[in-house]
Amino acid sequence: MKKNIITKLCLILIILALAILIDMPSGPNLKFWFIDKKLDIVQGLDLAGGVHIEYEADFSKIETANQKQALAGAINVIEKRVNGLGVSEPTIRETSYGDKKGISVELAGIKNPKEALDTIGKTAELTFEEQVIDPSQGGGDGSAPGWNLTGLTGAHLAKADVTFSGANSQSINNKPQISLKFNAEGARRFGEITARNIGKPVAIVLDGALVSAPTVQNEISAGDAVITGEFTLKGARELALQLNSGALPVPLKVVSERSIGATLGNESIQKSLIAGIIGLLVVFVYMVFYYRLSGLIAGIALIIYTLIVLAIFKLIPITLTLSGIAGFILSIGAAVDANILIFERTKEELKQGNSLQEAIETGFDRAWLSIRDSNMASIITAIILIWLSTGLVRGFAITLLIGILVSMFSAITISKTLMLLILKEKLKK
Amino acid sequence: MNLLGRKKIWYLAISGIIILTGIISLLIFKLRLGIDFVGGSIIEIETKQNTNFSNDKIKQALADKNIENLSIYQIGEGGWVLKMKEIDENKKNEIINAIKNKVGESEERRFETVGPTVSQNLRQKSIFAIILAMFAIIFYIALAFRRLPKFLSPWKFGISAIIALVHDLLIVLGAFSILSHFWGYEIDSMFITALLTILGFSVHDTIVVFDRIRENFHSNSPYSGLDIESVANYSLVQTMGRSLNTSLTIILVLIVMLTLGGNTIQPFIVAMLIGMITGTYSSIFIATPILVFWHRK
Repeated sequence: MKKNIITKLCLILIILALAILIDMPSGPNLKFWFIDKKLDIVQGLDLAGGVHIEYEADFSKIETANQKQALAGAINVIEKRVNGLGVSEPTIRETSYGDKKGISVELAGIKNPKEALDTIGKTAELTFEEQVIDPSQGGGDGSAPGWNLTGLTGAHLAKADVTFSGANSQSINNKPQISLKFNAEGARRFGEITARNIGKPVAIVLDGALVSAPTVQNEISAGDAVITGEFTLKGARELALQLNSGALPVPLKVVSERSIGATLGNESIQKSLIAGIIGLLVVFVYMVFYYRLSGLIAGIALIIYTLIVLAIFKLIPITLTLSGIAGFILSIGAAVDANILIFERTKEELKQGNSLQEAIETGFDRAWLSIRDSNMASIITAIILIWLSTGLVRGFAITLLIGILVSMFSAITISKTLMLLILKEKLKK
Repeated sequence: MNLLGRKKIWYLAISGIIILTGIISLLIFKLRLGIDFVGGSIIEIETKQNTNFSNDKIKQALADKNIENLSIYQIGEGGWVLKMKEIDENKKNEIINAIKNKVGESEERRFETVGPTVSQNLRQKSIFAIILAMFAIIFYIALAFRRLPKFLSPWKFGISAIIALVHDLLIVLGAFSILSHFWGYEIDSMFITALLTILGFSVHDTIVVFDRIRENFHSNSPYSGLDIESVANYSLVQTMGRSLNTSLTIILVLIVMLTLGGNTIQPFIVAMLIGMITGTYSSIFIATPILVFWHRK
């Protein structure tokens, strides 16, 4: 019997050591085999600052059969644009509002949400248009009367760069412009277009708005073009990024947006950390006060529990939000509930004349049913919340769920082992 | 201690009075719905060096902006929240620039906007989530208590528990209509989260009591031959200590969070506190009496 207890104690100590190791701020990153994972607390939007945007997709011009593909394509385009911004760990995923589909974008830790919004949300559909041959016939399928689409679009671009118009001269007026490099198909088409339009304008149109319409001087077969216009440097960079990432297959409309400044997040972290630590202390003191030695054991188990939960947050990793911290702190209060059920039960067994060892064993066994059944209700509500909600609420539900599950484990294993070990030693004296 | 005697159902009357007060309050004050559920936009700004800000000055600065349903209130010393009908990014920038030019320098802390698509969807999801949680809990309790003596019904256990939970939610809602009116608390996603969490936590104590009732009816229990009222009464006495203690640890943590935590989740904490206190009370004085009375017919 004693050997078994010591074995369990060793297991607990190993788990505790691993948890502490992972919890350290300068802790290790997992690196063995194919796993190369940075272990860090991932901070959500409301702690790190940043922006969360919900877009609804406008499928009015897309056939039902192609909508799924268009949405996936749009997600892909947004991912490219976000990567161009240099945001760490963006979250981009499909979402739905009833029968409507959309995309959810979360960029934590970004300093200027406005720039991100400008870059991400625009369709950035680039088209090249030429004049109809006989204007007297009217028509034309371009963005304005008298213009035809050429079939050359942003899809044929290989690259877009910001350059300056005076780069090859000593001119004082170095204006930003965008140099376009077409792929093979694009170069061929552009060659044909310029060949048949020498002396005529070719329009460069972005999202239905004319950017410029230079007159073709000669056939251009090298697959290069330049967009000039009254660009600011920032505007040129944004456009280049958008063109490089490709056009959105489907227009997106903002239906929800949350933009949080970093200072608000910092305050929340500090307050929440203090609340968490003091909450832990309050529960600890109360347990020791009410249950004395048993309460001390529960308190120690509670600390081990906290370390394990934090380690799990890092390992998965959980994106921690303000509400997630609230869920975690709440689960600290709920974590000792199992211990209370066990201690009360053990007291009853002692009153019935059982030995200390028997009382502990029976107390744990019989309390388990209540612990399982009562926690199951919270697990049910947490799962419902995770399944049905987004962002803030989901963070709360996930941390609460993890907290409850770990608390059930720690009550049955850690508290029981510590209790048997310590009380057994105490009995000998 | 006899908690279930026929002459001692005063607590049902107390609950009735509280719920009635809550319902009246709900009808008079109504609930203030946040932008999550009705759509709209919120801009939160913070001033530091200026003591120049006031409701009137901000309102004047924005008078020519044609902002619908604008309301302004202060948070802490230098924080201001502007709430209005839904606006886009450009309009928001206009507003902040107008305040900057006409009132004083400020920092944008938060901007939230929710369109009708999202708010409508959230309303539906929230109602669905609460109903689903209730049925899931009823079903689970009936499942957990399926092995009972013949004269006990698992479904009555589940439904008795849910009646107590509905009682708790009604009290929280009634309290929040009062808090909405006097303190400006709003019903938002976190409030729905609080309701669901209250459902999960409040039923803990009920399950502990019910579990004890079931155990006391087993043949090897010294109480197995008694009627349900006596068994239930004794079960309540046996489990009183743990019920109070399990709730108290959570209540202590909530009080810490209320006094030390961030402002944004304060309404959530208040809702949780009311729910936990009411839940502890209803597990003892509502769920079990209903179970007993129901089986007595």
